[in-house]
Amino acid sequence: MENKIVLSMQGVCKAFPGVRALQDVSFTLRHGEIHALMGENGAGKSTLIKVLTGVYEMDEGEILLDGHPVSIHSPQQAQTLGISTVYQEITLCPNLTVAENLFIGREPRRAGFIDWQTMNRKSDELLEKLDIHIQPTQQLDTCSIALQQMIAIARAVDMQCQVLILDEPTSSLDDDEVAKLFDLMRRLKEQGVGIIFVTHFLEQVYEVSDRITVLRGGELVGEYNTSELPRLQLVAKMMGKDFDDLAEIKSTRTGNPDTGRPPVVEAKGVGHRGTVKPYDLEVHKGEVIGLTGLLGSGRSELVRTLYGADKADTGTLKIGGKQIKVNTPLDAMKHGLAYLPEDRKNDGIIADLSVRENIILALQAKRGMFKPMSRREMEEFADKYIDMLQIKTASRETPIKSLSGGNQQKVIIARWLLTNPDFLILDEPTRGIDIGTKTEIQKLVLRLADQGMSVAFISSEIEEMLRTCSRMVVMRDGRKVGELSGDDLTQERIMKTIAGGEKAHA
Amino acid sequence: MPEAKLTPPGQKKPLWRRIAGHHLFLPLLCLVIVLLSNLIKTPDFFAITIQNGMLRGYVIDVVNRASELVILAVGMTLVTAASGGQDISVGAVMAVSAAVCCQVLSGGEVSVTTFSNPLILAVLAALLASALCGAFNGFLVAKMHIQPMVATLILYTAGRGIAQLVTNGQITYVRVDAYKMWGSALPGLLFPVPVFFAIAVVLIVSLVIKKTALGLYIESVGINGNASRLVGLNGTKIKWITYIICGILAGIAGFVSSARIYSADANNIGLNLEMDAILAVALGGNILGGGKFSLAGSVIGAYTIQALTTTLYAMNVSSDQLPVY
Ligand SMILES: Nc1ncnc2c1ncn2[C@@H]1O[C@H](COP(=O)(O)OP(=O)(O)OP(=O)(O)O)[C@@H](O)[C@H]1O
Ligand SMILES: [Mg+2]
Repeated sequence: MENKIVLSMQGVCKAFPGVRALQDVSFTLRHGEIHALMGENGAGKSTLIKVLTGVYEMDEGEILLDGHPVSIHSPQQAQTLGISTVYQEITLCPNLTVAENLFIGREPRRAGFIDWQTMNRKSDELLEKLDIHIQPTQQLDTCSIALQQMIAIARAVDMQCQVLILDEPTSSLDDDEVAKLFDLMRRLKEQGVGIIFVTHFLEQVYEVSDRITVLRGGELVGEYNTSELPRLQLVAKMMGKDFDDLAEIKSTRTGNPDTGRPPVVEAKGVGHRGTVKPYDLEVHKGEVIGLTGLLGSGRSELVRTLYGADKADTGTLKIGGKQIKVNTPLDAMKHGLAYLPEDRKNDGIIADLSVRENIILALQAKRGMFKPMSRREMEEFADKYIDMLQIKTASRETPIKSLSGGNQQKVIIARWLLTNPDFLILDEPTRGIDIGTKTEIQKLVLRLADQGMSVAFISSEIEEMLRTCSRMVVMRDGRKVGELSGDDLTQERIMKTIAGGEKAHA
Repeated sequence: MPEAKLTPPGQKKPLWRRIAGHHLFLPLLCLVIVLLSNLIKTPDFFAITIQNGMLRGYVIDVVNRASELVILAVGMTLVTAASGGQDISVGAVMAVSAAVCCQVLSGGEVSVTTFSNPLILAVLAALLASALCGAFNGFLVAKMHIQPMVATLILYTAGRGIAQLVTNGQITYVRVDAYKMWGSALPGLLFPVPVFFAIAVVLIVSLVIKKTALGLYIESVGINGNASRLVGLNGTKIKWITYIICGILAGIAGFVSSARIYSADANNIGLNLEMDAILAVALGGNILGGGKFSLAGSVIGAYTIQALTTTLYAMNVSSDQLPVY
């Protein structure tokens, strides 16, 4: 079934200072197909999309929409042409309500004034349809990042469009949400919408996509039918070399930490009103623990109370056997904690500062204002981690905001590794990171643990946690409901505990 | 367009592009344009003569008159970068500092010809007063999270009143040469004394920023407060520090200003200078919304504004009409 072509991009070139992001790339999208756009971090996927939607002007090339050449100069124009987009970094307004965000720029009006009632009602319907359980009148920044991602998707699919672009929409969603999203995508596909889907999850590509276009280093590698391209070949095409995909890196670690000494972290009855109910937690030296649970179950909130990002209002915390008070993140850092937050854009990057400054910032803050690092020292640190994590950047002085999403993530990881913590908290560390590097990071975590670092790992990918963690803490509704280790660490057991077994909560 | 393709990774950009891309390019260009237009209007604009070991000329005059503005612009740059807002009270804080200084020197008299108290005591008192003003502003902005413009509006309106209170509603004169000299030109020094104040302030603040991590902290807090908190920075403290520095600098500017006229004129010292200082920051290529900053840019901006003001004087625009421009 060869469908009609809805969108075609020919010979697109785009250069940034010091980087050729796209070179002579062509891309074709047909009506009623889900087309995966694949490539490593920095391959040019987001740039291709931004050129298409008028965020960037292209240097060369042309875009044909339904066979007619168009020149798109702004995202608004793209929208009127029927191209609806969810960008990689969420572009909603945190201080507006959910409903306002859903209808911004196209508010229902009555007699010239915004019709709030209709707007809230329509939002309710839309959220209902997607099974998102929030109040339309809630302010957006009170929602978790995953919910925000769902809201961004809801907004995009609600607009009448013939092309829908999703740039890593699933990066912080869990399996249920992903399934919901895929249902929705399939429905739209039946209506003839062409969908461009960017992701680093291979399973998802094989689950929904009909066709795959692969980019590497800003150049087109090729377009393939999903059914005719085996996984291993896809990975090889993306990386330009063979790669033992999903290599079993399950550690040889038995998960029997050094229990003789006092635990590195010992929390008793720590809680934060409204987000996490009081919990007990022990983490030993060299242990990797995982935190799992549904979205909004409080796994991120739990680690935030440990780190002092949200000040705990009950309980006591002992680090290395000594009871300490953690009022601010700095207190926690001074005691050897480090925390990689899940929301890269709002809590992670300092957008206008260079890669170098972003890497050294936490260590500098820990050392204090009056012990500045010398330029040489900073450059050495930056170069070391750019090399170690293979951060793709034009130079170490490039502002972090002009790096690709995955590379920004690597910079933030570097920032925390540089502080050489005793207890490293990683909230979705591999979000938006390509499969090659993802494996590298998982290996790195295990290596660090072998060297005696304790790690808390949060990921919406259970496989990833199974591969790295020796113990898992299960959360439900802000409450710690169980711990699994040893032979109990199977996907099935975890799912059961998350769901609460037979007596699921009312 | 195709130019971008001329610059593949690794290869240096053409020289003129690198110059044009430098963050000080536009501020300098502004300054040059203003200076050149002066030259057309006043052919002897750049003429400098030496009299009694002092340089004289229009340019020297610009450099001299700009001193207070430069000092203010430095403080304003830091405040802007850290808090994403401006301190509009600096002109009034100048008046407070001048009033305190002159009042201590005169010992309460309206006009004196000898110091009643040591100069150093007076200066310290003036700087303390202005630091307190800065701390008050900083408290409102950093601790109470009030919009900077609104927070500093309080001292903007009340500051001159406080200065009047300090001087009992009089204009206090300190007709002592040892005081006048800080605001005038001294034989053998080439430049008038205020110029050295400006240079010293710029050097010291640059040095502090270079020798501590304060600059990085300020930029970081100004760009992303949430992320800065999570890497262990105390945004409240850092913003507060910038307001205190800004207050102290306003105090120094007030001292210079009052030494020029050897009096504390609460109604006129530093009048409308806060607007010029904000403009200097903007002209220097700094984003008024906070974040990355360039002291050098603001300093160039300050000289540009002063050059412009002097130009208008040179064109015989009376000082009453000047605010129109
Ligand atoms: N605004 C910009 N300024 C300068 N360089 C940029 C800019 N945006 C992207 N780049 C560069 O272009 C290249 C491609 O980036 P792009 O964001 O398209 O990658 P991506 O394929 O989306 O990667 P990821 O999977 O990490 O999201 C990168 O090397 C990046 O550094
Ligand atoms: Mg991307």
